[in-house]
Amino acid sequence: MKLTSKPLILHFMLIAAAAVFATNAVAAGWQPKKPVEFVIMAGPGGGADKMARLMQTIIEKHNFSPKPFIPVNKPGGSGAEALVHLKSKTGDNHTVMVTLNSFYTTPLRQPKLGINSLDYTPIARMAEDTFLLWVHKDSGIKSLDDFVAAAKAKGGDWIMAGTGKGQEDELLTNFLNSTYGLKIKYVPFKGGGRVAKELAGKHANSTVNNPSEQLGFFQAGDTVALAAFTADRLPMFPDVPTFTELGHKYVYYMQRSVVGTPGMSAEAAEFYRDVFAKVYDSDEWQEYKKKKSLLGDFLTGDELKAYWTNEIANHKQMLKDIGEIK
Amino acid sequence: MEILQLLLDGFVVALQPTNLFLVIVGCAVGLFIGAMPGLGSVNGVAILLPVTFIVPPTSAIIFLAAIYYGAMYGGAISSIMLGIPGASTAVATTFDGRPLAIQGMADKALVAAAVASFAGGTISVILFTGFAPPLAHVALAFGSAEEFALMMLAFGTFIGLGGDDIPKTLISIFIGLILSSVGLDILSGQPRLIFGDIPGFFHGINFLVLAIGIYGIGEILWTIESSRGEVSVSQAVVTVRRILGSLKELLKSAKTILMGSLLGYFVGLLPAAGATPGSIMAYGFAKTMSKNPDSYGKGNIDGVAAPESANNAASTGSMLPMLTLGIPGSPTTAILLGGMVIWGLEPGPRLFVEQTEFVWGLIASLYVANFFSIVLNIAFIPIFIWVLKLSFTILAPIIFVLCVVGGYAPTQDMHDVWLMLLFGVVGYLMRKLDYPMAPMVLAIVLGPLAESSLRQALLQSHGSMLVFFERPISGPIMVFALLLFLMPAIKAGKKMITRRLQKVP
Repeated sequence: MKLTSKPLILHFMLIAAAAVFATNAVAAGWQPKKPVEFVIMAGPGGGADKMARLMQTIIEKHNFSPKPFIPVNKPGGSGAEALVHLKSKTGDNHTVMVTLNSFYTTPLRQPKLGINSLDYTPIARMAEDTFLLWVHKDSGIKSLDDFVAAAKAKGGDWIMAGTGKGQEDELLTNFLNSTYGLKIKYVPFKGGGRVAKELAGKHANSTVNNPSEQLGFFQAGDTVALAAFTADRLPMFPDVPTFTELGHKYVYYMQRSVVGTPGMSAEAAEFYRDVFAKVYDSDEWQEYKKKKSLLGDFLTGDELKAYWTNEIANHKQMLKDIGEIK
Repeated sequence: MEILQLLLDGFVVALQPTNLFLVIVGCAVGLFIGAMPGLGSVNGVAILLPVTFIVPPTSAIIFLAAIYYGAMYGGAISSIMLGIPGASTAVATTFDGRPLAIQGMADKALVAAAVASFAGGTISVILFTGFAPPLAHVALAFGSAEEFALMMLAFGTFIGLGGDDIPKTLISIFIGLILSSVGLDILSGQPRLIFGDIPGFFHGINFLVLAIGIYGIGEILWTIESSRGEVSVSQAVVTVRRILGSLKELLKSAKTILMGSLLGYFVGLLPAAGATPGSIMAYGFAKTMSKNPDSYGKGNIDGVAAPESANNAASTGSMLPMLTLGIPGSPTTAILLGGMVIWGLEPGPRLFVEQTEFVWGLIASLYVANFFSIVLNIAFIPIFIWVLKLSFTILAPIIFVLCVVGGYAPTQDMHDVWLMLLFGVVGYLMRKLDYPMAPMVLAIVLGPLAESSLRQALLQSHGSMLVFFERPISGPIMVFALLLFLMPAIKAGKKMITRRLQKVP
């Protein structure tokens, strides 16, 4: 990040002036008339939260929007709170939300909420986050075979720490259990950072963290990645094989997307698509994607909806497999 | 002395004109944000985060850390002056700070809060400077079992006190625990006690809503009733001599402040705990260890010093797991952590090696922030006292508005405002019936932490309770907590024996 150290007050004045001019300069099409509520479907400090705040910073830095985006965390109930909140604002043009895979799983697991994920206005898929299988360096485990042998020997005493119930981490744990005949015990914690710490402190035997969550411990040599739940090897982890290579075609990603309220006007949706397309193309976003091993191209409109339809069907099957839904 | 060399280099960074300016502005902004009920350091840091991209990363974190720090000082102000906790971290400060203000000793309480904050901040920064890497290991060694043991210890300090009415204390704790279980359960994901799917209950009951309700609204109702409209204006006065006098008296509280600082620092180190439980636990400990526990809650200066030293120490403490482990120790550090990602810094064990300028600049700036916070704080005391002298007919509507804003701000949900007003009435009734309210507030803060750590630990141990006693760290803490629980019985037994011995000479 290249930044000059001119007196701070000058910067503030520049920004204020820029903001005033920007309001007049960008005239075409629909524009927000008040600050945009930027709902984050997760708590502060997690992957989704960090990403949302990065997007907000990029929007402000490059003046992509005449009105600011104000982040609000609504983590309650694996995103149920945020989904209900957006639904209650049906037709509102000043609310958008950063979402992840609980966008599919929470409505499926809690039909009482009366939410259909496809009702929400598709704005942009900004990336797909990846998952790897991690163990502590001191366990001496170096390959997936070692892992299966060790976990088998320990049976139900093998602890997998993960985030939330019936979400990504538990789905992946279930895949490991059913594919390799293991009895791994899944223990949910709040937040991916906390999960990473459970492994580094040896309170858990393994995790399926995103790279961004384990990066600090991995770079320090405390934890080891054994296999990736991706289609191809990740550029950042060239020596880590994929599950597909190891004989089980299993690929799982987490969407990092932005959605609008149900029934948002077409003009407003167009405005937000444009804003997030610019964010996606910015150097900052591209660099973040590279550094955190994120995959996935920009998707919007009907393409994004088609992607959701497919993912909802996949998740329905996975949740059925672990007995979360009938 | 490699560390001293690094620290000196850090001071060179922290004392650069831009950074020094940012520290002072940050402390002042923090002081204000902290003093406004409902606007805590979390909101302040979150709102100002995007502003920081115009300065280099080191300056940015120095600015945000100064806000975090200033808010810890500022939180005490409205707790003492208005009886409404300015921030969640300052709830325990209201317990004794408010009674002191009513007795016309607001200046004393404010000085105590400022000095205790300064001491807590300084002690913890020194610990941070000297022992950051080994302390990171302490944080790593704390698993679910240890966390639960620590929570039991906190509960123990509130139950094991003689003096208070024990059944009423228990009822108050149980109400708090029930309120804390509202919302969606982390482990099963199922909604609990949401009263027929009221969406506002999904995020649980924010404990600030409870605290502002029972202390802010409840207090107004109580004052209206007890004064029957004729409220005497507070007799607070402030002179330089009085401030100096208060400083001298504070020497007696040195032990409490030291205890609060150390406790706050260690609780702050632990992920997910943060400054709020730290300050409440420090209050509980100070009361338990005091020779005169009955005076707590009625205007004991130690009751202000303990939580204030602890919350500042904890705010420094929670920076450590953020920097070395990449896990936030409090909601505010969670947002700072997000900021580090934006600035392109990777938190983790290697940060101390690779980003020495950043790390040591931050540490040095904490010393500087501490210094400016206490100077600003003491300088403003006469203004605060002036506010207190306003007549009740002016003050009460202001307090009411601040309460409503404070209830709305954290979640931006009207549901919480209604809930806060309801808690205000409940708080008033509880006060009339002479129920202690502090245990309820303690329970709603610690309840969720205790519950999830208990269930995580039991899942890991296949349901065996022995896990809490077998482990080297959790075992001793657990035994100590159980002793605190039994203290009322031990005390009663002792009394009986001495009475018997006196009867049979």
